[in-house]
Amino acid sequence: MKYLIALAARSAWNRRATLSLVVFSIALSVTLLLGVERLRNDVRESFAQSVSGTDLVVGARGSPLQLLLYTVFHMGEASNNMDWSSALKLASHPLVEWMIPLSLGDSHHGYPVLATDQRYFEHFLYGERQPLRIVQGRRFQGIFEAVLGGEVAENLGYKLGDHLILSHGTGEMKLAEHADKPFTVVGILARTGTPVDRTVHIGLAAMEAIHLDWQGGAPIPGMSIPEQYVTRFDLTPKTITGVLLGLKSRAAVFRMQRTINEFHDEPLMAVLPGVALAQLWELLRVGEQALLAVSALVVVVGLAGLVAVVLAGLNERKRELAILRSVGAGPRHVLALLTLEGLALTLSGAVLGIALLTVLSLGLAPWLEGHYGLTLHAGALTPEEWQLLAWVIGVGCLASLLPGLRAYRLSLSVGLTPRV
Amino acid sequence: MSVNPVIVLADLTYAWPGQALCIDIPQFRLEAGERVYLHGPSGSGKSTLLNLIGGVLVPRSGQARVLGAELGSLSSAARDHLRADHIGFIFQQFNLIPYLSALDNVLLPCRFSAARRRRLARESPRAAAQRLLQHLDLAPQLWQADASTLSVGQQQRVAAARALIGRPEIVVADEPTSALDEDRQTAFLELLRRECDAAGTALLFVSHDRRLATHFERELALTDINRATRLAP
Ligand SMILES: Nc1ncnc2c1ncn2[C@@H]1O[C@H](COP(=O)(O)OP(=O)(O)OP(=O)(O)O)[C@@H](O)[C@H]1O
Ligand SMILES: [Mg+2]
Repeated sequence: MKYLIALAARSAWNRRATLSLVVFSIALSVTLLLGVERLRNDVRESFAQSVSGTDLVVGARGSPLQLLLYTVFHMGEASNNMDWSSALKLASHPLVEWMIPLSLGDSHHGYPVLATDQRYFEHFLYGERQPLRIVQGRRFQGIFEAVLGGEVAENLGYKLGDHLILSHGTGEMKLAEHADKPFTVVGILARTGTPVDRTVHIGLAAMEAIHLDWQGGAPIPGMSIPEQYVTRFDLTPKTITGVLLGLKSRAAVFRMQRTINEFHDEPLMAVLPGVALAQLWELLRVGEQALLAVSALVVVVGLAGLVAVVLAGLNERKRELAILRSVGAGPRHVLALLTLEGLALTLSGAVLGIALLTVLSLGLAPWLEGHYGLTLHAGALTPEEWQLLAWVIGVGCLASLLPGLRAYRLSLSVGLTPRV
Repeated sequence: MSVNPVIVLADLTYAWPGQALCIDIPQFRLEAGERVYLHGPSGSGKSTLLNLIGGVLVPRSGQARVLGAELGSLSSAARDHLRADHIGFIFQQFNLIPYLSALDNVLLPCRFSAARRRRLARESPRAAAQRLLQHLDLAPQLWQADASTLSVGQQQRVAAARALIGRPEIVVADEPTSALDEDRQTAFLELLRRECDAAGTALLFVSHDRRLATHFERELALTDINRATRLAP
């Protein structure tokens, strides 16, 4: 057996030009398959990490998924607002440990602006229940002060003390700007690998202040309130987008959810982040599966290529097989030889594919992190990835039996004196 | 002389699938250490007979005994073993595995047969292979060369060394000299004879060319022993 392996290796090495192409195509297909799986898992992981510390997300009644996507991930369409007074009532509810108010709507160079208050820095948890950390400067205190997510600061090159102007609304098109009320960067947050990195944080009062002379998405003509006068106005928000709640006991989460869903003052909705995310994945499942199926098909194509190449080579190798037969190899040796060859090619393809995936993961990680806030893991394979790989190798093993069996039959019929 | 046959055929018949009888041999013996020259025209079934003796083809009826073992009653794996242990083959051409060195080609039978390794006694397979290659006049600098880079004559000598390694009882040669010019044919036959003598190996040499018969103790026409070809039109 050991000698057969050596022999298979020598024989394959002899045909390395053709076979390396086969290995490469299998490697690419493995990279694609595992890459799709990895991306899928890391996206999920990434989403789950962003709300790890939050028990409930609360907002005006509507679509739970939309609320979660908008408030936590700053994606999708704006949900309706809820009253500030409701938020305060929730904060003082006996089951609630902390409440973080969130108010969205403006942006800066495509990065969302989140208006919140000190509670955000105190209570927000991400990842493995880690708190936010300010690496430079401090939290906002004055009105026109901003704390930047790590990525915003890095990509836009802001330092402490720099000024920035917020745009009204979100989106790609040319937006109206709050040019009369520039903000000063007073703090920069450590990277978290969550949407926080891509967010400009300001106070709730600041949000009110920049919209004092605005109405319905545009400055009120002829009215302009200089920044030094804004404090003369009441800057308490009337409405906000939503709140994040942390409960004293996780066990109370369903009770609290019911309480909020039956809230008296206005129609509110409480969403369990995990449940809403599960809903999202359920929605995306067909797409994910289609993607996975296509990648699996690409693997099948790669393996079919392997079978075709090994089978095609068999005709020229009749001599080789006859010689092996003459020195005492049985048909089962021939079967083993060819199957081993196919298996070795599959394995090399898989190993190369993993290498390629690792290189790609390492290479693309910064870009994905930068553009999508997605942390791609580049280390060891996950159990799911191993499972996929085992499938590939299993199918490769079966596919390799084809040329093996063909050679077996050939060695029975051709005998020691093949005709060419 | 020796009354110890290494091959005995009796009423042996074989037909390729869908074809008329190709082999129908009432009686044939090859004694131990004997050298027999078997000739017959192209298509008379020489190669088919060798496949039967090698246990690669299974007779349709009759007996084929190799070293006392009835091939028909052996499993295919046992026939493979018998061939590996006791028979060396040399073919017309393309005898060698192109991607192995000359030396590795010679060593092949030892990989598949423990009996051949055992018969080498104190000698290592490698040393035995080198000794045989030396006896067969293959220059040492060619031993590590890929088989595909050797000339046809050199390849045939490597094939002979491979057939002889581990002193099998039988060497079967299927027109091994047909690709060589006349001088080289004679030289090759001399070498082969000498080595078979040294190892006490019986040699069954088949060819369609009668001229080489002078090198052998016994000459047979396949058409004389094979009823199938005699009946053929
Ligand atoms: N693998 C095969 N499948 C079918 N028929 C075969 C096969 N090998 C040989 N035959 C048939 O058996 C007959 C004898 O062929 P064989 O090769 O034994 O002749 P040979 O005496 O060795 O000829 P040559 O001197 O040309 O080598 C031929 O009619 C041939 O068609
Ligand atoms: Mg022939």
